Amino acid sequence: MKIDSFKGLICQIEQQSPIRLVVNFDCKAGELLAVVGSSGGGKSTLLRMLAGLSLPQVGHIQCGDRLWYDTASQKSLSPAERHVGYVPQHFGLFPHLTALDNILAGLDHVPKQERMLRATQWLAKMKLSHLGSRRPRHLSGGQQQRIALARALVREPELLLLDEPFSAVDWEAREFLYEALLSLKSSLNIPVVMVTHDLKEALLLADKMMLMDNGFMLQQGTPHQILSQPKSEIVARQMGLRNIFDGIVDTHSEPSGSTWLTWQGMTVAVPYQQSLEEGMKVRWTISNLGIEFANNLLVKQQVNCFVVCIVSLITMGDMMRLTVSLQENNQRLHLELSIQVVNQLALVQGGETMMMLNPSFIHVFSSSD
Amino acid sequence: MDWQALLLSIKLSGVTVVILIPFSVFFSRLLAYTPFKGKAWIEALVMVPLVLPPTVVGYYLLSGLGQQSWLGQQLDHWFGVQLVFHFSGLVVASLLVNIPFAIQPIQRAFEAIPTEVRDAAACCGMSRTKILFKIELPMIWPGILMAFVLCFSHVLGEFGVVLMMGGNIAGETKTIAIAIYDSVQAFDFESAGLMSMLLLLFAISVLAMTTSLSRHIGAGSRHEN
Repeated sequence: MKIDSFKGLICQIEQQSPIRLVVNFDCKAGELLAVVGSSGGGKSTLLRMLAGLSLPQVGHIQCGDRLWYDTASQKSLSPAERHVGYVPQHFGLFPHLTALDNILAGLDHVPKQERMLRATQWLAKMKLSHLGSRRPRHLSGGQQQRIALARALVREPELLLLDEPFSAVDWEAREFLYEALLSLKSSLNIPVVMVTHDLKEALLLADKMMLMDNGFMLQQGTPHQILSQPKSEIVARQMGLRNIFDGIVDTHSEPSGSTWLTWQGMTVAVPYQQSLEEGMKVRWTISNLGIEFANNLLVKQQVNCFVVCIVSLITMGDMMRLTVSLQENNQRLHLELSIQVVNQLALVQGGETMMMLNPSFIHVFSSSD
Repeated sequence: MDWQALLLSIKLSGVTVVILIPFSVFFSRLLAYTPFKGKAWIEALVMVPLVLPPTVVGYYLLSGLGQQSWLGQQLDHWFGVQLVFHFSGLVVASLLVNIPFAIQPIQRAFEAIPTEVRDAAACCGMSRTKILFKIELPMIWPGILMAFVLCFSHVLGEFGVVLMMGGNIAGETKTIAIAIYDSVQAFDFESAGLMSMLLLLFAISVLAMTTSLSRHIGAGSRHEN
């Protein structure tokens, strides 16, 4: 990538203590990057470093054509100079100031006479004009969240940082904020970095994802890329893929575009991969989208078609969680289907049906990953 | 009732808090937010006057700042200042003895401010000084008020250090606590009783106020977290 012409955020950080953090990513203007990982994985530390609130041991952070931090040239801009919009996990509102004054606090960069107009405009955008005189403690979680977002955006930031933005608000407020964020994302035309441990949220909102574990970046790419081609088993598990199995490379068939694996006494076709040596032990996974059911026995002619017994059916909201067992090798698979699909296919506990594993949704990785 | 002693005590308390509280705000902020080597030792040193008998503190001040000491001689030679048995000496003693009463509540109040609030202020473009005056001071005022009240009342009732450092010179170092002691020595129990009652009422009012403020700070920080 040609760094000078890149319109967005470029971040390379390498730190061993006090918190280990090794990341290297970019985020284009108008793009939302979701940083996903378990608690204590270094996600919030990363946001603080991007904001300039703490400094990495070694790093290079650039936003647009401005260098924010670079250990090689000993350059470091303060949070004020970086001009970031930051929404902390618990909003970080100033408790002694009213909602309007909280927004005004972010307007130091504009002439005094313009500040009030801009602040009231943002209050109106957030549909909170009637609550401008209230202090944060007299606002609901969702209202506080919107004030924090307005305070961050009123600065006309070059980068928007969101730390677990939806974790402390109720469902209704979350829905409002999802929509607000999606519409703002394209209109702002700045990079947005959102930290979350909620995978569904990341899949819903992100253009790009970065998975982290213990301070290390595991993989980055579009949600679809990571979901369909997890780099390792840890990534697959973080992405919520529960169907991960052992296999041994059997044969390759270049004309049909398939590699065949032995799977507990059965064979399964996966996308052709010449790099896998025959006899090699591998792990493979399939995403929920690649598992299909059919009552028609004719489909058994197709590849990766198996007779399965439905072990359990558990209702979870408008979805059903299924566990099925393969008749021939007793391997179990887990998947989620909508109640409507379950009813259409007449799937019942203890019943038998045909299941097909779509090879294009199967991903193979080395068993040592 | 020794009004002169009472006024001197009030003057000593006033001068002590006026000097000590602003210093404590900056020093407490440093202790609350800045990690540095030897911080635990500094914090322990701050607490020493709480556990040391006042007469011991008074003894060290007397021997360290007296006319026979090197420091006492230097102060006299360069500035013409004599601390022992003078009001200025009482001020120095009061400042040292009251450091923990001023630092502790203010440091706790600084620590109760969520990091997110200070981070958000920095990202709003505020300088450190602006964050202190616009965000932190309005949030820690109960801590400052508590430190003010504690120091003021503690100086008012201080006996051991004052006696060791200042002796008992009317109008110069004779505070109300020493006046009570003097009255008892002279069998003037009426004056001693009156002055004691005054200090007792003051102490009860102060304790009630500090308890109420502690609850206020606790409730505030719980709410914000």
